[in-house]
Amino acid sequence: MEPRLTRIALRITTAVVLVLLYVPLVVVGLYAFNGDRSQSWPITNWSTKWFSTAWENQDIRTALANSVKAALAATVLALLLGTCAAFAVARFEFFGRSTVSLVLILPIALPGIVTGIALNSTINELGIDFSLWTIIVGHTTFCIVVVYNNAVARLRRMSPSLVEASQDLGAHGWQTFRYVLLPNLRSALAAGALLAFALSFDEIVVTNFTGGTDQTLPKWIYANLRLPNARPQVNVVALVVIVLSIIPIAIAQRLTHDPTGGRGS
Amino acid sequence: MRRLSSAYTNHPRLKLATLLAAPMAWIVLIYLASLAVLLISAFWTFDTFSATIVKTFSLDNFIELATTDVYRVITLRTIRIAALTTVIDVVIAIPIAYFCARVARPRNRTIILVLLVLPLWTSYLVKIFAWQTMLQTGGLLDYVLPFNVGYSETAVLIVMSYLWLPYVVLPIYGSLERLPGSLLEASADLGAHSRTTFMRVTLPLAVPGIVAGSIFSFALTLGDYIAPSIVGGKTQFIGNVIYDNVGVAGNVPFAAAYAMVPIAVIGVYLALAKRTGAFEAL
Repeated sequence: MEPRLTRIALRITTAVVLVLLYVPLVVVGLYAFNGDRSQSWPITNWSTKWFSTAWENQDIRTALANSVKAALAATVLALLLGTCAAFAVARFEFFGRSTVSLVLILPIALPGIVTGIALNSTINELGIDFSLWTIIVGHTTFCIVVVYNNAVARLRRMSPSLVEASQDLGAHGWQTFRYVLLPNLRSALAAGALLAFALSFDEIVVTNFTGGTDQTLPKWIYANLRLPNARPQVNVVALVVIVLSIIPIAIAQRLTHDPTGGRGS
Repeated sequence: MRRLSSAYTNHPRLKLATLLAAPMAWIVLIYLASLAVLLISAFWTFDTFSATIVKTFSLDNFIELATTDVYRVITLRTIRIAALTTVIDVVIAIPIAYFCARVARPRNRTIILVLLVLPLWTSYLVKIFAWQTMLQTGGLLDYVLPFNVGYSETAVLIVMSYLWLPYVVLPIYGSLERLPGSLLEASADLGAHSRTTFMRVTLPLAVPGIVAGSIFSFALTLGDYIAPSIVGGKTQFIGNVIYDNVGVAGNVPFAAAYAMVPIAVIGVYLALAKRTGAFEAL
């Protein structure tokens, strides 16, 4: 057991760092209610007027719609592909199994800029037009691993005797999947899907390389954050993005009872 | 349906092939093929007069990278900031991970982990934007601090350390939490002071977790271009040169060649990290 003083010092360090982690997020949240165009601290004139300005901005609406479309499409694709891969890796022994995991993780293990420029060169070489579709392809590529990680972790924890029991009782493959595997897997898949959605909704590094002129919300923020006139609206959009990404993550944490959401250890 | 599923039950290989076909096709045909295109185009060149890509094998891009001072400076700066970010994050992460894994009560432990992970998943761009808001002239930091950090290399270092801290804490926490309590008790029974136990038992056993965490902070900083472009002022990273060459100049071959640099550096780092058993702690 550590001396009392050490424990107090550790507690204070942890508390201070945790608070500091949230300061930038809170500051952006407060600026969304800043009535002035000037962005200096402290905020003196509080107002909600930029929310309506932002809501009426057609560019923002288009970007929001694109972000939601891209995130939904990437999530659905990642859910299908990631679940299939997870079943294969967790339920079968085969040559090259560890390579499959490695290859799936590669899109998030390599720097985003590498994924971005690689997809960019290929899209160019193939002569395909940059659009929302190319954004979706890019996002799906790195979302697969999120679903895969969650599903594989759950499948590994599930006892194989469950499936055997189902088969002994005469269920055929589809019934076993529908009535035994799926109910056990449901919350892990939901968590994976929510995290994939959050990841895609926020993505900027790869999207900058695969989007062409089609805007997403992060791309709109990136293009406008240096423009003093657009600044108040950027603050509002930033707050919306924080809220929209925190909600799915918080739900995912509850679903898996895993505070790390399947990332890290 | 029934016949189909019985065919599957009787032929597990068929089932495996069906399961793997789609995800592997996606990753191999889209992702790995793109990486191959990237690798090949690094050996092409860009003709500035006709603004076209010359598809003949050449080492010109790599020679230019190695011999031009600007690129050497940018490469070394990127590696230096990645290393500094890693050191800062590890130093901050160890006490937090230790507190969370070995001191805090289980209920508090969950709360700390949730609080750590929420900002990790929150929009990376918005977090950088938030720092820009605080770092700008007249911003919160300018108001609170007696000096002005402004948009600078220091600002990039602060923002990088902020962004990747939770990624570093989690694997260290994991390795500390798995540590058998009996080891620490044995050390105490043998008369070791709690500091001695920490330095000679706990810390060495946490090395795989520390190295695993450092992979995140190092690799993520090395490949970044968004943070330097927003809070870096004139500070350029490898990623900024790549981004500008793709977007503004259209010189994809040069950008592709430069992208090989972070890949190679990370490759070396991973090879070193593997020796410490860090991959089991990921």
